[in-house]
Amino acid sequence: MAERERRLTPPRGGVFVPRVQVLAAEDVQRAITRIAHEIVERNRGLEDVVVIGLQTGGVPLAFRLAQVLEEMEATAVPVGMLDVAFYRDDIGIRPVLAEAITAIPCDLAGQLVVLVDDVLFTGRTVRAALNALADYGRARAVQLAVMVDRGHRELPVRPDYVGKNMPTRLDEQVDVSLDGVVLGDVVPR
Amino acid sequence: MAERHRGPGTAAPGVVMVRGGTVVDETGERRADVVIGDGTVTAVGRDLDVPAGATVLEAGGCYVAPGLVDLHTHLRQPGGEEAETVETAARAAARGGYTAVVGMPNTNPPMDSAGTVLEVLGLGQTALCRVAVAGAITVGRAGECLAPMGELAALGVRLFTDDGTGVQDAGVMRRALEYARGLGVTLGQHCEDSELAAGGHMHEGAWSSRLGVPGVPAAAEELMVARDIMLVRLTGGRVHFLHLSTAGSVALVTAAKAEGLSVTAEVAPHHLALTDAELAGYDPVFKVNPPLRTESDVAALRAGCAAGTIDAVATDHAPHPSEAKEGPLDTAAPGMLGLETALAVSLEALGSNGTSPAMSVGDVLALMSWRPARIAGLAVAQGGDQGGPVAVGMPGNLCVIDPGERWEVDPGRLASRSRNTPWAGRTLTGKVRHTVYRGEPVVVDTEAQR
Amino acid sequence: MSAPASVPEADEEKPPAPRGEGRHLLSIADLGAEGIEEVLRVTDAFVEVSRRPIPKVPALRGRTVVTLFAEESTRPRFSFETAAKRLSADVLSFAVASSSVKKGESLRDTVETVAAMGVDAFIIRHPSAGAPAQVARWVEASVINAGDGWHEHPTQALLDCYTIRQVLAERAGVAVGEVGVQAFAGLRVAIVGDVTHSRVARSGVLALAALGAEVTLVAPGSLMPPSVEGWPVAGVSHDLDAVLPDVDVCYLLRLQTERGAGSFLPSVREYTAGYGLTARRAALLPESALVMHPGPMNRGVEIADEVADLPRSVVLRQVANGVAVRMAVLFLLLGQPTGGDSGGGVDQSNGPADG
Repeated sequence: MAERERRLTPPRGGVFVPRVQVLAAEDVQRAITRIAHEIVERNRGLEDVVVIGLQTGGVPLAFRLAQVLEEMEATAVPVGMLDVAFYRDDIGIRPVLAEAITAIPCDLAGQLVVLVDDVLFTGRTVRAALNALADYGRARAVQLAVMVDRGHRELPVRPDYVGKNMPTRLDEQVDVSLDGVVLGDVVPR
Repeated sequence: MAERHRGPGTAAPGVVMVRGGTVVDETGERRADVVIGDGTVTAVGRDLDVPAGATVLEAGGCYVAPGLVDLHTHLRQPGGEEAETVETAARAAARGGYTAVVGMPNTNPPMDSAGTVLEVLGLGQTALCRVAVAGAITVGRAGECLAPMGELAALGVRLFTDDGTGVQDAGVMRRALEYARGLGVTLGQHCEDSELAAGGHMHEGAWSSRLGVPGVPAAAEELMVARDIMLVRLTGGRVHFLHLSTAGSVALVTAAKAEGLSVTAEVAPHHLALTDAELAGYDPVFKVNPPLRTESDVAALRAGCAAGTIDAVATDHAPHPSEAKEGPLDTAAPGMLGLETALAVSLEALGSNGTSPAMSVGDVLALMSWRPARIAGLAVAQGGDQGGPVAVGMPGNLCVIDPGERWEVDPGRLASRSRNTPWAGRTLTGKVRHTVYRGEPVVVDTEAQR
Repeated sequence: MSAPASVPEADEEKPPAPRGEGRHLLSIADLGAEGIEEVLRVTDAFVEVSRRPIPKVPALRGRTVVTLFAEESTRPRFSFETAAKRLSADVLSFAVASSSVKKGESLRDTVETVAAMGVDAFIIRHPSAGAPAQVARWVEASVINAGDGWHEHPTQALLDCYTIRQVLAERAGVAVGEVGVQAFAGLRVAIVGDVTHSRVARSGVLALAALGAEVTLVAPGSLMPPSVEGWPVAGVSHDLDAVLPDVDVCYLLRLQTERGAGSFLPSVREYTAGYGLTARRAALLPESALVMHPGPMNRGVEIADEVADLPRSVVLRQVANGVAVRMAVLFLLLGQPTGGDSGGGVDQSNGPADG
């Protein structure tokens, strides 16, 4: 989600200036592996598990996670992507952007959805994602996996699986990818 | 500054002095003061003494000219009083420097009978300028039967037109020209072939095509100009072309004059300054008949003024209530106000900033005062009281013009009852400071006195 | 179930596309190439939404959209209303008979009265060119031009472009999202028929030319505008047979049959003989060429019955794409912040919608 917010930050988006590399690529990979184990442990296997990545930052993580889960349990794991642009609560407050695709791999009724995002911040994106998921069927449960929890929640949302807890200042930015996690600032264009 | 004037409606004997200006008329330009007493010019000269009890109108830095004469004003009374009345039109005229206007006959009822003509002439008695009228050529302006031109001529009508439409039938126009020749009056033609123009709301060209608006081709006007020139040749009559708007029309009239035919022509200020590009926003205030045309038409009209092809600038002052000038273009009424902005627009369009070769102030005033006075039959030499020159014994009809005054056009502050001016919000250069009509200062320091 | 064909990359830094005035869609010129591209991309998302069992998202919940159609046209109005409803907006519709708008009650009065009830957007179809532009001057709401006289019909041009892009994607065997507007560069399009009176043609020319296509206008002399000066077209022609072998898209305009009654055309039959896409003419088209029509078709007039049903004729797809394209337009216009800055200057955080 950090990617999107950077694009939204005024004046018309800004430039991310990295400051500190918090996690390297291997650290991210290890975190994904650990989260995969936690998912299998918590749910006693992968029955009915569907992995859904939130556009845009959660998608590569979701696909990698699904890949790891498949290897671990030798079973196919459905994976998809969800764009919550039409469910945001700030439509009309911030400029809308051309959005990314939603592709849900199956009917979610009775499934256990693992929602994957790169950064958990205010919690509003996750709220929007829960609304969106509801339109695809009544899931049995929804669990949330994030690579970074940076604090500053504005809604009662909590993650089930966290790569790293990272307290941040409000004016900082967190950039997450499979290549690592970087803390930095946004500078206006 | 002028002293406080006496109350409304009273005739103004008494003395008026116009001090410190540059007099300009058909004899030329000279610094001079002008004194008017009992409605007549009594003295013209430099550094005159101020007569006792005189109202002094300061004219420093200004031109002092014979009052302007508008050949083409829509008074709207009778029938259209919500847009304008004789009184309000005359007030607007006076503020624009006009001491005479010719009212167009497309009133309701139209000016095709003595009754209506007398009504309007009567209303004009107390107006701030002289109100003359043009009678209709045909009954009801329907283009079929001749109107009682003889009867109306006996009431002093010198100009006849079906303005609002042109006389479509060549046979009818021929008979009208022959009849008018016998009466010594002039026929004015609103040149528009109704079939070619049908359905059009703006000039037919690149802009109308882009905007998706049905257009009126230049040929709709030129067709009737060419036809009437041939009818003049045929009948020996006299035609005055109203509001010419195309380069082709100018060329036709130039050739006709070269041949020695009795034709005259007028142009409206908006056709000297605005083009069809103004319609890009679909604002109906720019809808007018004939429509605003292209830059090359504007250039040709300006050149026609400089070359003498065009004899007069006539405002085609066309007031409309706001609901008629709002909303979709195709249902809006055509027409623009003009009396209070004509002078500034014409000086700008025809002067050194506007055209090449530039016309002098005197030349522009010729087009707005003494030449239209002659066409209207109101010149002093014809027994009238308009057009000057500014000389002892001449009627006291003057305007004082500050050529450099810049002012923003505020539709709410115009004397007209209507608001449809295309110049709204724009800044113009040149304003009438004072107007004297029959010796009475009717406009002092740009304000109408009654 | 497996994942879709490819994983989208993380986005690069890109400021939101400029959108001219931002509040209205009165003409295709309001969008420009970037704006058109943005609409097409957002439409992909709404095509997906429209395929869901519940084809509805809460994006415009609480907004009020009023359709004001002063021309008889049920289908387009239905398409717009469906689009608004699928975005969860409240929809009011005013089917104003144009006669009541012309006489007595003025358009301005109607619009201001309705706007006073609290309206976020007007969707206006009116027989007079420029009417939506005038309404936009009178009200605070956003105004979408659904067709004004002969002037423009921007959403039609957008759904036509979307349909072309969709077909090009299928032919290349890729997802629609893979096809950018570069695919339009050099595309040869012939627009055939009553160009003078066609708002579809005007918008279509602007949109296709903005995307780099080469547009040729084909019409009988009396139905070609008196001047195409300033129109971004590659050429004009009166000879349809000569143009057809070199086009990628043959776009047929509807002939209003009342035109063929002596004034513009001698007869409808003569029009069809010279400019109708008959089976013989359809065979002149290249293999891959598409046939398009804004609808409703006059079968047997501008398009032969059998040609209308050929696979290369994508008319039904155009209709089907209409709702998604209109959803995209509504979302992009009404989703913009109204007045003030874009919201980030006020609160220090990275914004309420962050993860």
